[in-house]
Amino acid sequence: MEIDPFIFRLSIFILSIFIGYYVVWSVTPSLHTPLMSVTNAISSVIIVGAIIAALAGSSESAFDISSIFGFLAIVLAAINIFGGFLVTQRMLQMYKKKKDKKK
Amino acid sequence: MISANLSAVFYLISGILFILALRGLSSPDTSRQGNYFGIAGMIIAIIVTFLSVGNFSTSLIYVVIFLLIGGAIGAFIAFRIPMTAMPELVAGFHSLVGLAAVFVAVAAFLNPEAFNLGVVGGIKLASLIEMSIGAAVGAITFSGSIIAFLKLRGIMSGSPITFGGQHILNLILGIGIFVLIYYLCNTQSANIFWTVIIISFIVGVLLIIPIGGADMPVVISMLNSYSGWAAAGIGFTLENTALIITGALVGSSGAILSYIMCTAMNRSFVSVILGGFGADSSSDNTKEKEDQKPVKSGNAEDAAFLMKNASSVIIVPGYGMAVAQAQHALREMVDKLKKNDIKVTYAIHPVAGRMPGHMNVLLAEANVPYDEVFELEDINNDFANSDVAFVIGANDVTNPVAKTDPKSPIFGMPVLDVEKCKSVLFVKRSLSPGYAGIDNELFYKDNTLMLFADAKKMTEDIVKNLD
Repeated sequence: MEIDPFIFRLSIFILSIFIGYYVVWSVTPSLHTPLMSVTNAISSVIIVGAIIAALAGSSESAFDISSIFGFLAIVLAAINIFGGFLVTQRMLQMYKKKKDKKK
Repeated sequence: MISANLSAVFYLISGILFILALRGLSSPDTSRQGNYFGIAGMIIAIIVTFLSVGNFSTSLIYVVIFLLIGGAIGAFIAFRIPMTAMPELVAGFHSLVGLAAVFVAVAAFLNPEAFNLGVVGGIKLASLIEMSIGAAVGAITFSGSIIAFLKLRGIMSGSPITFGGQHILNLILGIGIFVLIYYLCNTQSANIFWTVIIISFIVGVLLIIPIGGADMPVVISMLNSYSGWAAAGIGFTLENTALIITGALVGSSGAILSYIMCTAMNRSFVSVILGGFGADSSSDNTKEKEDQKPVKSGNAEDAAFLMKNASSVIIVPGYGMAVAQAQHALREMVDKLKKNDIKVTYAIHPVAGRMPGHMNVLLAEANVPYDEVFELEDINNDFANSDVAFVIGANDVTNPVAKTDPKSPIFGMPVLDVEKCKSVLFVKRSLSPGYAGIDNELFYKDNTLMLFADAKKMTEDIVKNLD
């Protein structure tokens, strides 16, 4: 009997939780705020679902009800992606060591 | 159009890049590189999605336009937001992830063919369960984050809102969601799907309103975690590895942060969720104590004198510093002290501020080098060997009562041993108790000098007096 593909995805999911667990514990506490903003940005990879939904509209009408939800989700996710990565970058730029400061 | 297998490989690569993005945050040196990994992962995921759909009709133009609109808004916010507003920003971003998850789930429900999930009214059972869980968690994340945002922004009062039967109501609604999903699977009815989403919105609101302002670090971390689980739920629906990996990463990241925050307050996660902490701030003995004990208070001149004659000073910042925006003035003060060869370090309690790492970001903004900033466990032994502790805007996290009085609500919470310093300078507006609603014994110690003023103004005055 074949294994359901769902089981493979579940395996990926569970193993990723473990990876997340170990990776996040190694994040230094002083970077916990950038951690939150970057996780925000990457969880917006949900935009792939939004793009699929938006592109599903027929060629006569690009906006049927399901693709409209897709387009809305694209806007929301894009705010998050750009906002999340840029604000993380901005924060990380500020973390400096002692010697950098005393030019 | 590229094959499903090839796109799956690329999604895996972007998932790995996201792991590396988080890995980079283990040290500030590698963190910027990590962020670039994250950006690369995102670009790969988006491009592969375009290629795998391969439908380059007029829709594509609209997709790009909407992407750019969102991107422009996001970039505008990212550049304009002041660092003190980070907690609100993160809460706001969480709400967007949640709502995006809801929208994608709705789109998949309305047009399952586009996602290969079956036909309208005949969606595959597993997909239906996955998308309703994704939608429900997304909706909870959305409305919960909105409430957190309003509380952090001060639009809504930070004090807990509680009413009788609250927890029972939440429980009933929670069970209701599962029952409805069960019926949804049997009937495929759109109305039930909408009801699930609406109830989830309500649950999100109800979950967050009873939680008080200073528990916000836990709330934000928790919502971070939820947004991850919502993404993972949608990832299962779309059979997309990048989303599943990311969802799991974000979900566990948020969960770990919540755990760290809870330990730092010595509270169980359940008690934070149930909320209501700090609602009854008038415990009986608090009031009497205030009248009896003498308090020494001083002015900027005294503080400057004390610090000038010290050889080591430890700064303890808290939420009050963020409110008063005193970090730049503080940095100026420290520069002056350093010129006099005084050793200055910063001690940060894990729950200082309104989100994990809040104080670190503010100090970094004020150009404080990160190797002068220490976490609780790394610096706590140094207080005994230091001359002055300068407490600015922190309160409960310095209260020695947590170590001495088993009856105190914060007993057992790890605190900074500020009282072991030769002298303590405590910048505070008044003697009022902190968020936990308990009196701080530190105010009445012989070696404590209270500086009653706004944190920023007091620090500026001290700077003047240091000349």
